Formats: sequence, C-alpha cells, structure tokens
Amino acid sequence: MNTGHRLIRWLGAALCICALLTTGVHAQSSQAPIKIGSTLALTGPLAATSLVHKVVGEIYVEQLNKRGGLLGRPVEWIVKDDQSKPDLARTLYEQLLTVDKVDLLMGPYATGAILSAMSVAQRYDKILVHHTFGIPSLAKYDKQFPAWSLGPDPANTVPTTVFNALAASPKPPKTIAVVTSKFPSVHFMSLGAREVAKKRGLNEVLFLEWDFGNLDYGPIAARIKDAKPDFLWVGAIGLEGNQLLEALNKIDYAPVEHFYMYPAPGPMSKSPLAKNALSMTVFEEHPPFSNAPGAKEFIDLYHERAAKAGIPDTNVEVQAAASYTAWQILEAAVRATNSLDDAKMAAWLKANRVDTIQGKLRFDGPSNYGDDLMRVKQVQNGRWVTVYPKEYAAPGATLLVQ
Amino acid sequence: MTFPSATLLAQSALSGVFIGSMYGLLGMGLGLAWGLLHIINLAHFGFAFLAAYLCYQLASVGGIDPLLTLALIVPLFFALGVAVQWLLSRFAVSPLNSLLATFGLTAIIEAGIQYFWTADFRKLESVYSGQKLRMGGLFVPIPELLTLVLALLLGFGIWAAMRYTNLGRALRALAEDAPMAAAFGVNRRAHALLLAGVCGALAGIAGVCLALSFTLTPSQIYAWVGVVFAAVMLGGLGSPLGPLAAGMVVGVSEAVTMAFASPSWAPIVSFSLLIALLLLRPGRA
Repeated sequence: MNTGHRLIRWLGAALCICALLTTGVHAQSSQAPIKIGSTLALTGPLAATSLVHKVVGEIYVEQLNKRGGLLGRPVEWIVKDDQSKPDLARTLYEQLLTVDKVDLLMGPYATGAILSAMSVAQRYDKILVHHTFGIPSLAKYDKQFPAWSLGPDPANTVPTTVFNALAASPKPPKTIAVVTSKFPSVHFMSLGAREVAKKRGLNEVLFLEWDFGNLDYGPIAARIKDAKPDFLWVGAIGLEGNQLLEALNKIDYAPVEHFYMYPAPGPMSKSPLAKNALSMTVFEEHPPFSNAPGAKEFIDLYHERAAKAGIPDTNVEVQAAASYTAWQILEAAVRATNSLDDAKMAAWLKANRVDTIQGKLRFDGPSNYGDDLMRVKQVQNGRWVTVYPKEYAAPGATLLVQ
Repeated sequence: MTFPSATLLAQSALSGVFIGSMYGLLGMGLGLAWGLLHIINLAHFGFAFLAAYLCYQLASVGGIDPLLTLALIVPLFFALGVAVQWLLSRFAVSPLNSLLATFGLTAIIEAGIQYFWTADFRKLESVYSGQKLRMGGLFVPIPELLTLVLALLLGFGIWAAMRYTNLGRALRALAEDAPMAAAFGVNRRAHALLLAGVCGALAGIAGVCLALSFTLTPSQIYAWVGVVFAAVMLGGLGSPLGPLAAGMVVGVSEAVTMAFASPSWAPIVSFSLLIALLLLRPGRA
C-alpha cells in the first residue's frame, strides 16, 4: 500500500514537472518570432551568387535559433525574390515593412538592389545591414551598415593593395593594361586603378571599356595580346573574367600577371586558364581567417548545405563570408542594445566594433565604412589562397609569377 | 586613336565572322517562322538554351561527344517545334500574341533550366574546347569554326530546298497567299507543322553550338535577343541566308570597332549601321 502510494506520488510529481516544463517550452515557442525581412535575386542574372546568400542566411538563422533566438524569441527570416531587379526590390522592401510587418531588415544582393532597399529603409527610419554594396560613396543613409569591408575610398585603397602586392613580388610589372566592364561597381575601381598605376609610374599600354553583357571578347583579347602588358587589370564581374580568359586562350595568349575585380569565384578557380590569377578577398578557407570564432563550424555547415543546394563550388569565400558577417552585425546590435529599436542599434554600431569572421569591424568612417580589409588572393593549384599581406597569407603561400 | 596592326585587325574580323555566324544560326529559325508562319517565336531562344543545357548534360555527365548529341537533340527539338506550332494554330494565336505567348514560354523554359541546373555557370569541357588551327599569325578556334560551317551548310541547304523543291515552293506560296496556295492543293497545316519542326531543330543545333563555345547560365537567354532580332530584320524575314549575312555584318562591324576604338562603342556602330541599312535598302516598306 505504502509502495503504491509512493508510486502514485512520484507519478504525480513527474506529471506536474512534465506539465510545467511543457508549459514553459510552450510559452517560449508561442512568443511571436522576430521577423527579419529581405530580398535576394533568386532568379535572373544575379541568381547564381544570390543562392550563396540564401544558403548562408538559412544557416545563420538556424544557428541563431539554436542559441535561443534574439531577446528570448525565435527568429524567422522572410526572403522574397527580387528577380535581380532593383525596382522590384524597392517594392518588396516596402511590402516587407507594411504587409509582412517585419521587425528588422537585412540587405539584398548587389549594389543596385541594396540602393533600392536603402531608400525604403531611410523612409521608414529602419536600420539596414547589407553584405555586398560596392560603391561606398553612394551610401548616404546614416542607418546603413556595410559588411563588404571596402573602406570609404576603395578606388584608391584596393588598387594600392594590389600594386603593393605586385611590388613585393619577384617580378614587379612595368607596364599595365586596364580593361574593364562598365558595370558600375567595378568600373569606378578600374578608373581608380588607372590613377594609382599612373602615380606609381607604371606605363599604361592599353585601356578598354565594354558594356556589361558583351558577347564577343575576341577583339578585346586580340588587343590585349597586341599590347603585351606585364600586368593585366580586368575590371570584370561574374563570368566576364572567364570569358576574357577563354578568348585569350583561343588566340594562344596567356597574360603574365592578371587581376580580376569580382570574378565568379568557383568557375575562375577551377579554370585551367586562370593559373596565378589575382583577386581580392576578405575571407578564405585557411588560417588565419578560419581561426576566427565560429568560422570552422560555419565552413563545415556551408560545405554541406551548398552541396545540397546544388552550388558547384562549396568553398566559403568573399560572398559567403560577407553574408555571414552581415548577420553577425545585426545580431550583435540587437544583443548589445537588448532591443529592436533601430535608432539605438544604429548608435551602438557607430560607437562600437563588432567581432565577425572577417575580423573586428568598425562603422565610424565616412558613409559608416571602416577599414579596407581587402587582401590579395591568387588561384594556385585550382583553389584561391590569400597571398598578400603576409600575415593573412595561407600557410606557405606567396604570390606566384609566370 | 592608333591604327591597329594587320594581325590584330584580321583576328578581330575573324572573331566577328564567328560571332556573326552564331547570330545567324540563332536567327535562321526565328526568321523562317516569322516570315513564313507569321509567328514571332521568342521561345526559339529558350529552346536553343535548353538544347545547350541538354548537350552539356549528355556530354559532361553522359560522356557523349557533343556533336553526337545532335542525333537526339535534333529530333527532340523538331518535335518541340511541332508541338508549339500545333498549340499556336489550335488557338489561332495572332502574330503579336504569339510574341507574348512565346515570351511566357521562354520564361517557363528559363525557370525549368534554373530548377534542373541551378542559376550557376556551366561550361562544357569537350574534346573541342581549346582546340585551334593556326594560319600564319591568326588563330581559328575549332568550336567557332564548327558553328560557322554548320551555319553555312544549313543556310545554303535550306535556301536550296526553299528554291528548288516543291516543298519549298509550297511554303513560299503559303507565306505569300495561303488561301490561293490551299486552292492549289497545298496542305497548310501539315506544311506549317513541318516548317515549325525544322525551326525547332535549328534552335537545337544552335544550342549545341552555344554549348561548345560559351559558358551557360539561364539568364543568358535574353542577352542574345536584341542582336539576333536585329540580324533577322536586317537580313529579311523568311530568308535562311539573310540573317546569316546580316549577323556577319553586325558581328564584323562590332569586332572591327572594338579593334579600332573602345569596345563599348561597338553596339552603337553596329546598330547605327542597322538603322542606315533599314532606311536605305531598296524596296523597304
């Protein structure tokens, strides 16, 4: 009898505990989620790169919810397809704020769409963290925060880093050809490269511009071959760099030293024609970058999810890292201010540094840009490795010259 | 402006001929359907890219020689062309509405390609990639040469068929005066389906050539529309050789402009030439 009573008591207590626990869990999960809204170019010409940002966003939100969400509430990411159209991005951000009633915004992919989102954020006085804005001088809104660490004057600082790397190489170039797409975020950088090259005494043997969407790179390749530069600066975005390399190969020419502004990272590193090609980076899958807190876990998760999403190149590099950084910035602002108040978060970000997988970021410079964290990377044995500056170079890697 | 060397000029002109043959090959089926069937088939570009992706899949995953994929692609796209024509005639779609309907079909094809192959870039690495002939100081890439040869063979072949066979005469008669041709016993429906099938097959062949020479991405479909339309209008509707010749004029004028001046001037020069030719050519409407 006593044993029976005791058993009933234990069962009762266990039931009460279960009920309490269930109620607690239920209370937590029934709290309205914090909604973060953004668009991405899930279709259209920018879709290939946008898919990287989608995978990263999903990973980050999942990790965030595993850590208990934000302010004790789960986080829900609402992402809409802007079809690679900045005008549509504007409408969708308006919709996110007025119809979906999102609490926070995350930037879309690419400069044009970010500019559209920025104007909507400004109208509603919302904070906008974005990952891939390429023209800092156009970022006039005081509550926008960049994760693409170009610094406020990239047309000067980025080419300076590239030319410093070349000057430190075994065979510094004496002549340069600057060929560039007129795509806005690469064109101004190429013009900056011309100025920096001139100041450093490099002899410009060729300058060419083409319209974005050009189909025939044959004549451009023929002119490069004719000019025989020591160093080829290619202001290319996406596949343009590969297309130019293929056209150069068709006329049996391989550039001596060559740099590409924003190449499609996977196709370029995998192309046998891109041997020793240079580009810029803020993160690659090797130390010291991979030593950043959380970087290793992110790299492993990204490999798995990117493969599942059908992305041919599953390495974490600039795009994925900038995307992850943007989420880190937003999370840091919410946690530090313990609120969703846009003004408080913006003020905190301007006054503090944020730890990210790129390093410590600050937002107290012109247009809220901090340091130019761009480093020089090179295609070596079919993969990108950072080669300059030395302290960020992959173990044992140095800049190779043909 | 410095005068380019003879080699540079010749290499650029050669590049223009090659890209022009691609414009012409893509424009051939489009122009025939437009001129003879009064269908402005924008899905022609979608079909070409679908064929390019199929070629990529069969060659890179299946290990088949890209040119051998034509054995499957040509009949498949012939059937697709027939099916689209059957649908358009079944619902008596007008030429203007055919533009809208086939634009919609192109968007569906683009979405389908993106679903199966993702939006990422795909490059067919085949035995032909990177192969080239050397003629003096000039280089002739094999994939582009194959496109040129195919475009010329098809252009002249279709031209001869249109001119010297009863089938060709019947098709031209239908385009000229369909009721009168029907009164002489020409089966309008069957001839239209056959021609649409040929146009579909031409799109398939153009797609294989695209896969041989270009890196593929679904949104690239639209990059070709403007310039190929220009070649078709300049070359004349319903003509197989016209778009080829016009494509080469556009391609060479762009390439030579790039050799002399900034490549960004190329479209201005080629489209100015197009406007001038349209205004000045004899017998303009």
